Amino acid sequence: MPRSADVVGESTGKTSLMIRRIIAYVVLIFLVIISLFPFYLLIVNATRGKVQNGIEFVPHGVLWSNFKNLFSKDTEHIYGNILGSFANSFLISGLSCILSVYFSALTAYAIHVYDFRIKKIAYTFILLVMMVPTQASALGFYRLMIKMGLIDSFIPLIIPSIAAPSVFFFMKQYMDSSLPLEIVEAARIDGCGEFRTFNSIVLPILKPAFAVQGIFTFVASWNNYFTPRMILQTKKTIPLVLQYMKAQIQGNPQIAHAGIMNLYMVLAILPVVIVYLALSKFIIRGIALGAVKG
Amino acid sequence: MAQLKKILAGSFAVMMAATMMAGCGDSDSSSSAGTDTNSNGGSTSTDGKDSKKVYNIYCWNDEFKSRFETYYEPVKDTALWEGVEVNWVINTNKDNVYQTKLDEALKTQATDDMKIDLFLAEADYIVKYTDSDASADVKGVIGLTDDDLKNQYKYTQDAATVNGVLKGVSWQATPGLFLYNTTYAEKVLGTSDPDKVQEQLSDWTKFEEVAAKMKEQGIAMVSGFDDTYRCFSNNVSAPWVTDNKITIDPQISAWVEQTKSWTDKGYNHKTSLWDENWTADQKIDSNTFGYFFSTWGIPFTLLGNTLATSTDDGGKAEVGNGGYGLWKACLGPQSYFWGGTWLIACATSDNNEITKDIMLKMTCNTDVMAKITDEQQDYTNNKEAIKKLIDGGYKNEFLGGQDHLSLLTEAAEKVDLTNKICAYDQGCNEKFQGAMKQYFLGNATYDEALATFKTEITQLYANLSMD
Amino acid sequence: MKKKSISYAKWGYIFLIPFFVVYIIFALVPLVQTFYYSFMDRYVDTGAISIFNPTGNVVDNGFCGLKNFKDVLIGENAQFTQAFVNTIIIWLVGFIPQIVFSLLLAVWFTDIRLKLKAQGFFKTVIYLPNVIMASAISLLFYSLFTKGGALDTLLNSGGDMSLLDQVWGARGIVGFINFMMWYGNTTILLMAAIMGIDTSLYESAQIDGANPTQTFWRITIPLIKPILAYVLITSMIGGLQMFDVPSFIGSDMGSPSGKLKTIVMIIQTGKDSAIGQVGAISVLIFIISAILGFLTLKVMNDEPGKKKKKKPAKSR
Repeated sequence: MPRSADVVGESTGKTSLMIRRIIAYVVLIFLVIISLFPFYLLIVNATRGKVQNGIEFVPHGVLWSNFKNLFSKDTEHIYGNILGSFANSFLISGLSCILSVYFSALTAYAIHVYDFRIKKIAYTFILLVMMVPTQASALGFYRLMIKMGLIDSFIPLIIPSIAAPSVFFFMKQYMDSSLPLEIVEAARIDGCGEFRTFNSIVLPILKPAFAVQGIFTFVASWNNYFTPRMILQTKKTIPLVLQYMKAQIQGNPQIAHAGIMNLYMVLAILPVVIVYLALSKFIIRGIALGAVKG
Repeated sequence: MAQLKKILAGSFAVMMAATMMAGCGDSDSSSSAGTDTNSNGGSTSTDGKDSKKVYNIYCWNDEFKSRFETYYEPVKDTALWEGVEVNWVINTNKDNVYQTKLDEALKTQATDDMKIDLFLAEADYIVKYTDSDASADVKGVIGLTDDDLKNQYKYTQDAATVNGVLKGVSWQATPGLFLYNTTYAEKVLGTSDPDKVQEQLSDWTKFEEVAAKMKEQGIAMVSGFDDTYRCFSNNVSAPWVTDNKITIDPQISAWVEQTKSWTDKGYNHKTSLWDENWTADQKIDSNTFGYFFSTWGIPFTLLGNTLATSTDDGGKAEVGNGGYGLWKACLGPQSYFWGGTWLIACATSDNNEITKDIMLKMTCNTDVMAKITDEQQDYTNNKEAIKKLIDGGYKNEFLGGQDHLSLLTEAAEKVDLTNKICAYDQGCNEKFQGAMKQYFLGNATYDEALATFKTEITQLYANLSMD
Repeated sequence: MKKKSISYAKWGYIFLIPFFVVYIIFALVPLVQTFYYSFMDRYVDTGAISIFNPTGNVVDNGFCGLKNFKDVLIGENAQFTQAFVNTIIIWLVGFIPQIVFSLLLAVWFTDIRLKLKAQGFFKTVIYLPNVIMASAISLLFYSLFTKGGALDTLLNSGGDMSLLDQVWGARGIVGFINFMMWYGNTTILLMAAIMGIDTSLYESAQIDGANPTQTFWRITIPLIKPILAYVLITSMIGGLQMFDVPSFIGSDMGSPSGKLKTIVMIIQTGKDSAIGQVGAISVLIFIISAILGFLTLKVMNDEPGKKKKKKPAKSR
């Protein structure tokens, strides 16, 4: 293809475009297969039995019995409380998500609307700490939680999401582009208190930003394996059950049930996939927006 | 924008609902729990209120749990259990997760309301918990008497005794045997009689000669690298760690040397313990001669794996289904033990009466013990129960009618744990086997594998050093 | 405006309180603590346990200067250096195909002459793996490739070693999962950057008779350099934090041969015992991330193309 175009006639240009188009589609379809294949396999395997030899491409018929088994007592013996893990994950991720977007918006609002002495310093500080990976403070965090008696509690998994610098940053960017100060002024003239202005006038404007960041926070918390593994003991979130499932494959393969395990994985990723598919347009737009500005 | 708003409102509603439901589900799972449903994963209401008392048990798999439910529940002292429910906390043993979680929980016992009442420990790290104020004196505090304990194997008590104080009891004794495939024994050795087979396998030299003969017929003597490990690791001259120094015992080196040479000669199938091919090798026609197993190896592993039609697919554990009835046992080249689970009472528990009841019925009661051995093929820690069974003409159908209890009794008497175990064995065994695998496979030299082990072990136990 | 905002200033402080209180308790104090640990010769003997003296197994030899850093960087058992090398290799295995495919896709998606159909579908699908639980994908791959697993039997029937037992096989699997999870994200970022390029540049190139390859190398690449650098650096920061995938594929040991052991895995496995050394490792992660973060800011702010980039982002 690296032939110069000026010696090539119009018709060759068209053929080469055609060829390029075909190549593009082939590569794209190949990538689509790569991206979807694991999930397809997961779904097929969720409909198969306890011992699964070899690869199968057509779903079997035991999905329903796997589903019933998944929440049965026997499975609880093998893998622990399945329903409990979903409840725990929903609780932690749901609360993290709400707290994170609400308080990040509040923080961003403080910086965006008000003028006060440490504003600049506070803003710079938050931008700087955005660079600090949570893992860098994990050791201290873990030790501190032990001292505070918060091991095996959900608090260390939920409350820290109040201070989420990257969510704050996104909110601030969003306010810069879509929250004119005049609205706040107008609310004040109407005699609206500051806190009420934020809750009843500003929040509705921020809804689109809430959606994108809320989903990201929810997904991040839902998928998190690192922190719960440090903190939790008696309670388990979904990734911790997966860890136990892997231990069962390695340690007790005779009781491990491949069908149930795969079904569990399907259910573990299902909520996120549904929300993603429903909102993918906005999510993808959100990524491009956040990053290019970052 | 309108569309977005709609989706948003919807998704928020769903999320809120989900969270609410999660909340409900959560409290539900703890309040409506029966005596035993509250396993790991669910949260427990430990915060007083009018709630039931909770009896907390820490363990790493469901083995004890199912024994508990099948054999203890029917005979438990219901008066003691009035208003008390059991809560199982299960964390995997792998990568030290169980110990880490247990330790964190133990450290907060003095103040926390999440009281541990009973926890389980393996031989590989029992010393850590017996040589500690975390465990209660079985005789002095819990109240078991010498008479209660008289039928237990001495080594199971020695393993749990520190400075003369007994800190844990076990319901099983775990002497090791060599289980072999009778079809291949007939084919290569010309006999499948346990005594005659034992003659040809009585030491490692003979064992290796047989391995060579097996190889000629395309049969692997053992399935993988780790099968012979316990024979060596239980016969070391000193524990892994003394004075915070790790030493590789000559017996351990012997295992490395032997396994490497066997791997190169093709005497095994290069599997690792518990992996799928190792499991698959337990089928009767898989060209694998035998397995080193302790008592639990039969019910827990071999029996299920050797059936042609598994019980989940409607197969029955009976002669004619795959390898059922086609295995036999002999003592093998070296006496050893493998595994074993001890019950340890937590020192801060205020449910000692219940603990006593569990310990009495699950580790001392001859009838319960005999029943477990008879039904589960578990070799229980009770000489009298075993003797009763043997005298009653015990025959194991799985082993083609062989009375392997006599063999196990013989092996159990030989087990001696003096100066062999330390608190770090679990990590050392797991990491050492894991590291050496690469050497056996030919991906690393011995020195490289040893270096991997060293990195891992000093990360896990920062107080240890190794030359 | 000015007058008014003065009277409202206290609300600024009030609204900042939740963030700062939580940040200080759950992030800043732990961070300072971690720095403090890194200079302490302190470790826990996890072979001992006590209820009534919970800290009885802590061995504390006090301040030790830079000893921990020396140990983890150049000591006989240079954990950090080993893990750093492992992490970078695994990251590269995933990142190279990731950037190649992302560039390719981004160029194709934005090529006006190519007019690819169903772009929305393709974008949705390629981004999908990014929101999926990494531990679930990893567990699936583990069960497929473990000895006797479905794909292992298919690729390696009767062979001795599954891919998971081979260093490059295991690296390849982890790299592939990382690639799968991130190439969609990168594609979308690059697309945004390419769409920010003034279309008249392409038009004049076309009139001058440049072919797509020339346009790509002479116009696209130079103009999206800042975002390429941004992708590279943020991906590296993400790579340094790699944990879920290698720990599911290679267990905590980073099997085979500890070659999958990443830096964060040391933190997870060593946090209970090697407090001083893990502290040092955390500080090193902090420093490297800070440098990379600083670089990100620099490339994003210094490049002359900055203005052009920003405008389209807003308009979309």
